[in-house]
Amino acid sequence: MATSPLDQFKVKCIAFCGEGGQLQAFSFTNASLFMVLSVAAAVLLMVYGMRQRSLVPGRLQSVAELSYEFVANMVRENVGPNGRQYFPFIFSLFIFVLMANMLGMVPYSFTVTSHIIVTFALAMTVFLGITLIAIVRNGIHFFTHFMPAGVPMWLAPVIVPIEIISYLSRPISLSLRLCANMLAGHTTLKVFAGFVVSMIGMGGALSASGILPLIMVTALTALEFLIAFLQAYVFAILTCLYLAEAVNMEHH
Amino acid sequence: MPQLDTATFLPQLVWLLITFAILYVLMAKVALPRVAEVVDGRRKRLEHDLEEAARLKRETEKAIADYEQALAQARAKAQAIAGETRARISAEQAATKAKLEAEITERTKAAEASILAAKQQALSQLKSVAADAASDVVARLSGTAPSNDAVSAAVDQALAKRGA
Repeated sequence: MATSPLDQFKVKCIAFCGEGGQLQAFSFTNASLFMVLSVAAAVLLMVYGMRQRSLVPGRLQSVAELSYEFVANMVRENVGPNGRQYFPFIFSLFIFVLMANMLGMVPYSFTVTSHIIVTFALAMTVFLGITLIAIVRNGIHFFTHFMPAGVPMWLAPVIVPIEIISYLSRPISLSLRLCANMLAGHTTLKVFAGFVVSMIGMGGALSASGILPLIMVTALTALEFLIAFLQAYVFAILTCLYLAEAVNMEHH
Repeated sequence: MPQLDTATFLPQLVWLLITFAILYVLMAKVALPRVAEVVDGRRKRLEHDLEEAARLKRETEKAIADYEQALAQARAKAQAIAGETRARISAEQAATKAKLEAEITERTKAAEASILAAKQQALSQLKSVAADAASDVVARLSGTAPSNDAVSAAVDQALAKRGA
């Protein structure tokens, strides 16, 4: 049994470990395992679930089609026809984060998205990719993003730095939001679960009070499932909004 | 905090790259085209079925219209035949009637003519019979036979007085 609420986030080497348990570039850890499991779950749903290609879908196929339609509508409504070619990436992003978050809800599992390095890597990929798309599509016009139309010239020294900072902070806010939500949720669950054990351990009539944090943990677990989905949705929709700016920039 | 252990960064990034690349390729090349195919296929099938239903409905309506037109034509034809027959029969009847009437008129005329002839014959015979009778009566009463001319004149006079 872990003693600290943060022990659940420890990265442990499983295979390809260096000498003395030192991690190497290709070391297969519990984090790697849950990344593989997230991909496996996504493939199970989207490839195995669609194997029959039925006109009238079964249970798994319905879920697969629902996920597809959900993200496809998100891209269509927020980005428009220009976003069609980026749909597979946004879908992969959404399903990966969703599966990682959901697998993290299994007791004793590992939450891939609770590590800032993972969410930051995903957010940076989105940020750099979208910035590149914006520059390629709009050329020098891209930089007018930092000086919104209609702003008086004397405000430029204030507006431009603000816009640049707000643009550059996107990957940070995107990655921190997901990571912090996962981290805080799982830590809280662990803390309240610890209360259950320690209150029962007090013995006598006090043991019965262990029911209170247990109720709390149950309610929080339901909330965490909601957050697990919501954060995957938020990550995907923010990517859509940033992408929409890049591909639908108006040329004057 | 395990999240800040920089030694874990590199293996996490490496495995994130590997797993996410595999996921992206599988989604972009296998899963999503397959879902799109099924979803689009269903939409097309629905559209096709609706079109088929609309086509069948149009065909049914056309068949009904054709049937009603044929019915109206048949009815008109039947009425024409009935009218024609009626006209023909009444024309025949009229012809027969006219023919019969003509025959009757002719017969009536012939009968009238023969009656008139018989009457005149009877009248002319009456004159000679009356003359004979008158001559006989005169001969018996007077003993002398009157001349034929006188008898005939007297009969004519008597007949004229009565016949008038």
